Amino acid sequence: MNSVLSNKKAICIFVIPTLALFFIIVFVPIVVSSYYSLLDWNGVGRGAFIGLKNYVEMFTSTRALNAMKNSLLFAGASIFIQLPISLLLALILASGVKGEGFYRTVYFIPVLISTVVIAQLWSKIYNADYGLLNTLLKSVGLGYLAQDWLGQTSTALAASFVPTLWQYVGYHMLLMYAGAKSISKDIYEAARIDGASSARIAFSVTIPLMKPILKVCLVFSMIGALKVFDLVYVLTNGGPFFTTEVPSTLMYTTIFDTYRYGYGSAFSVFIIVECLAFTLLINKFFKTE
Amino acid sequence: MDTTKRASGSVGKVLLQIFLIFVAVTQIYPLIWLVFFSLKDNSEIFSGNVAGLPSTFRWQNYAVALNQGNVIKFFLNSAFVTTVTIVLVLFLSSMAAYAITRMNWKLSKFTMTLILVGMMVPIHAALLPLFMVLKNLKLLNTYASLILPYSAFALPMAVFILGSFFKGIPLELEEAAVIDGCGIYRTYFYIIVPQIRSALATVAIFTYLSSWNELMFAVTFINNQSYQTLTVGMMSMVGTYITQWGVIGAGLMVATIPTIIIYLLCSSQVQESLIAGAVKG
Repeated sequence: MNSVLSNKKAICIFVIPTLALFFIIVFVPIVVSSYYSLLDWNGVGRGAFIGLKNYVEMFTSTRALNAMKNSLLFAGASIFIQLPISLLLALILASGVKGEGFYRTVYFIPVLISTVVIAQLWSKIYNADYGLLNTLLKSVGLGYLAQDWLGQTSTALAASFVPTLWQYVGYHMLLMYAGAKSISKDIYEAARIDGASSARIAFSVTIPLMKPILKVCLVFSMIGALKVFDLVYVLTNGGPFFTTEVPSTLMYTTIFDTYRYGYGSAFSVFIIVECLAFTLLINKFFKTE
Repeated sequence: MDTTKRASGSVGKVLLQIFLIFVAVTQIYPLIWLVFFSLKDNSEIFSGNVAGLPSTFRWQNYAVALNQGNVIKFFLNSAFVTTVTIVLVLFLSSMAAYAITRMNWKLSKFTMTLILVGMMVPIHAALLPLFMVLKNLKLLNTYASLILPYSAFALPMAVFILGSFFKGIPLELEEAAVIDGCGIYRTYFYIIVPQIRSALATVAIFTYLSSWNELMFAVTFINNQSYQTLTVGMMSMVGTYITQWGVIGAGLMVATIPTIIIYLLCSSQVQESLIAGAVKG
């Protein structure tokens, strides 16, 4: 038995293909990206080694700082607007209302749809002349609010947050719902016998016990916001006048439109480090609390 | 007293249902609206019927999108890339997860940790280095340039999910197989794999969603129309038919319908799969 499960040749055959693919496509490129980020290079020939100059430029360029600020605002909107809505929905559904399964299934649908489709759809919703949003505003007598949501600098950033918030509300709802459902019914029973109201039970019993899943949701929405690409790329590609730019779209333009491979790689390294740092930070914060 | 309490309770219930229905409409109406405008022509939209049902269902929008708009080609490309990716991921990750969680070797724990760290790596990190490698190997504009990266980035999650399933299988299964004279390969493929079918479905759904919907690699590694997948193809189609909402809508619908069908057929499995992907540790 043991000899069969210790068969070295079999272990190699089972593990090596996965590890090889993983190393070549996931690990090695991170190292290579880090190296690229120290070069002044346009992709042709050999780049010149310039040390940390790309990073200095990144942290002093107003365009780059604005992109970072936008992604943090994005994260803030996810955490302080989206997650509370998800939590509210999850708690309502988990408390066993009529149609629980139906609502859960419906709320979750947008999560599955490609971000490209979502972005195209929302660009039509936002369309200044024939968009759904302006049409609805006009039909309820709020026509004076109708505007070119994505085309003007004053609203473009907020307007580009909404589709993601909308799309992933159902995702966090589902995770939190699963978390709330996994709490033993006896605990609720006990709280109810002690005379606690539904709101009281939610705040003093359910939410504290959901801490592990809330942590996961927090990490996901944080990371998701920091590396957001598809939606912004399709919806505005950073425009108008860079108002909706985020680090990943700026990375993309820097590399593939202006051919500054080194500087663009500095952004990709920044995104990885940022994601890891926030993951560790959130984990640490939730543990010590 | 008792009746007033019950009455206020039922008013609360009605309000709650209204709220839940309102949220359901917000979540679903944009998609229904997409169905609507995919069946309209410009004159109908521009003459004021933006939000409502189409006056006549213009299925020809779908014909235009599929044929002139190349959507059928994009669709087949996406289907091919996604299918091969799923098969590759299931095959590789299940073997690796088995060896890591069930077989005895020194570095198994370390390998698992390495793979768990890999789950946190965003694909941005690999974009430019992979682009350079693929360019030098003349692999840009091939199916492989998408299949291999999609598989590699799906592997960590797959190994993790399958690994936790393998841990739950009783060791007696392998013992019995070995006593019956099975070697490791027969034990694995004939005894173990059938035990983890539901976990394989979970991984398949997860992999489907990530590769069917992926944009960044697809837009970078493929610029030849004959290899474009739906996500990139949509972008070029929208550029071509910029003023024809109906055709664009039809294209977006075609890209979405397979996912909706999968969801309608097994919505709880899909939901479980995304929960399993999240509760990873």
